[in-house]
Amino acid sequence: MINLTTLTISKARKALDAKEFSAVDLASAYLAEIEKKNKELNAYLEVYDDVLDQAKIADEMLAKGESFPLLGIPLAIKDNILIKGRKASSASKILENYVASYDATVIAKLKKQGAVFLGRTNMDEFAMGGSTENSAFGTTRNPHDASRVAGGSSGGSIAAVAANLALGALGTDTGGSVREPASFCGIVGMKPTYGRVSRYGLMAMGSSLDCIGPVAKNIEDAKIIYQAIFGHDVLDSTTILDDLKNLEPITYHLKAKVIGVPWDLVNGEGIDAKVKENFMQSIKKLESLGFKIKDINLKNLDAALAVYYIIMPAEASTNLARFDGVRYGLHQDGKNLLEDYMFSKGTGFGKEVRRRILLGTYVLSHGYYDAYYGKAHNVRNTLKQEFMKAFADVDLIATPTAPFIAWKIGEKNDPLSVYLADIFTVTANIVGVPAISIPSGFSEVEGKKLPLGIQFMAPHGREDFLFEIGQEFEKLQKASL
Amino acid sequence: MDIKDVENLAKLARIELKEEEKKELLSDMDSILGYVRQIEEVNVEHSVFNSANNNVWREDEIKTREFSRELTTSQFPDSQDGFLKVKKIL
Repeated sequence: MINLTTLTISKARKALDAKEFSAVDLASAYLAEIEKKNKELNAYLEVYDDVLDQAKIADEMLAKGESFPLLGIPLAIKDNILIKGRKASSASKILENYVASYDATVIAKLKKQGAVFLGRTNMDEFAMGGSTENSAFGTTRNPHDASRVAGGSSGGSIAAVAANLALGALGTDTGGSVREPASFCGIVGMKPTYGRVSRYGLMAMGSSLDCIGPVAKNIEDAKIIYQAIFGHDVLDSTTILDDLKNLEPITYHLKAKVIGVPWDLVNGEGIDAKVKENFMQSIKKLESLGFKIKDINLKNLDAALAVYYIIMPAEASTNLARFDGVRYGLHQDGKNLLEDYMFSKGTGFGKEVRRRILLGTYVLSHGYYDAYYGKAHNVRNTLKQEFMKAFADVDLIATPTAPFIAWKIGEKNDPLSVYLADIFTVTANIVGVPAISIPSGFSEVEGKKLPLGIQFMAPHGREDFLFEIGQEFEKLQKASL
Repeated sequence: MDIKDVENLAKLARIELKEEEKKELLSDMDSILGYVRQIEEVNVEHSVFNSANNNVWREDEIKTREFSRELTTSQFPDSQDGFLKVKKIL
């Protein structure tokens, strides 16, 4: 029996290379666990029927003496990332039976390493939401308390890893969709620098914000997945050139050991007292590591969420125009082509998606463009400059990942109250910096221990800072348990 | 905003809406727009950010990509002789 609870990618790598167990053994162990738990958690929308065949191929590669960091490692993939010949629905009725005709670049990279894909995971429809309650195929439940949300939009990928239904996963993060659920489920979720990971083959939501990011049990595993997927891609011209050589060496240490905290925002309204208490404890731990904590006052930080909820729907409404029932996906027949469009979109898109498309159409429409979209861009640019300035004085910026712990399924009915969950995470997407959520302990609510997370943001291109602080923080966390 | 505005937006976005949903959407839009309107108060100059992302050029060369014609055409809602069939436009 393989102990999945304590297993990590790096441990599995050693065991697979040492032939302690085979890729087929490992995949079988995960399939058995999925069989047991997925019905309740609803983390996977589909478990592939060829998992063992994939694992056999990995075993053949292993037998030939090949080894890659992810060879034979069972992974879960968010349902908005294309794998050739497999369904990809973005948890939407409009793409319920859509079959991808090519591999996303991240998938091609994982295939090259011989990773094993277990299945596609649940999410908020088209990644719009923070709880997977907007999935057309049911909500994903939190493995720590099944009456609560797992977070979202990458809730399925995160719940799968947290409940040992996968060893690692890919999620996507447009405003916190990897980090917030990671915080709710007590694992590591990372959003790389904008453009660091190719989005070729990812269904677009907010094109100036979207990032694919690793989901893992610990920092080391997150780093392994990140290193497998990052890099320039000619098929995605928004990817940044690999200028890592020009950065200071990767083994570099956080220069002054200064962490900035925007106390104004952390002490603001609407932040759960438990979250604040846990954050203060984390800050004390960081001080004990020798970090100096510096109050940073970013003038326009509190406008970030408003900026986000203008730019994101504007871009989403444009991106989602392509789903019209003409070339693929759901088609509802009407009297004429216009009716085909109206009916296909009307029945294919869920409520939140329709809401954001209308919102985006509004802020882009004549007469409102300057007041909303144009202004949001100006504020965004100013925020970027404020961040660059802040990073001249601090190595990292820390905040809680989410302003509250995982809520009860169905508890938040009003869309705006769910949007407020993104208050700490959207900024990294708006300014394009890398950010990570790391487990920072638990809070007991109604007899259940519910996880909390701390978020670190680093300057553009400095994912290495995040891994470094992550590893140190992880050690402290372990010691305090 | 009123119901007429919601209807107009839905028309622009080519989305068929049911009557009761129009009302719901109107109240949602009011609350969301009420929130995001706070950026009106933010005092910033018109700025063009000097982004690190530069224009990306490539040679205009023919390169074959691996798309499956079969997978693509098999998903057409309607087709004839391997072509995508749509309703009359004019």
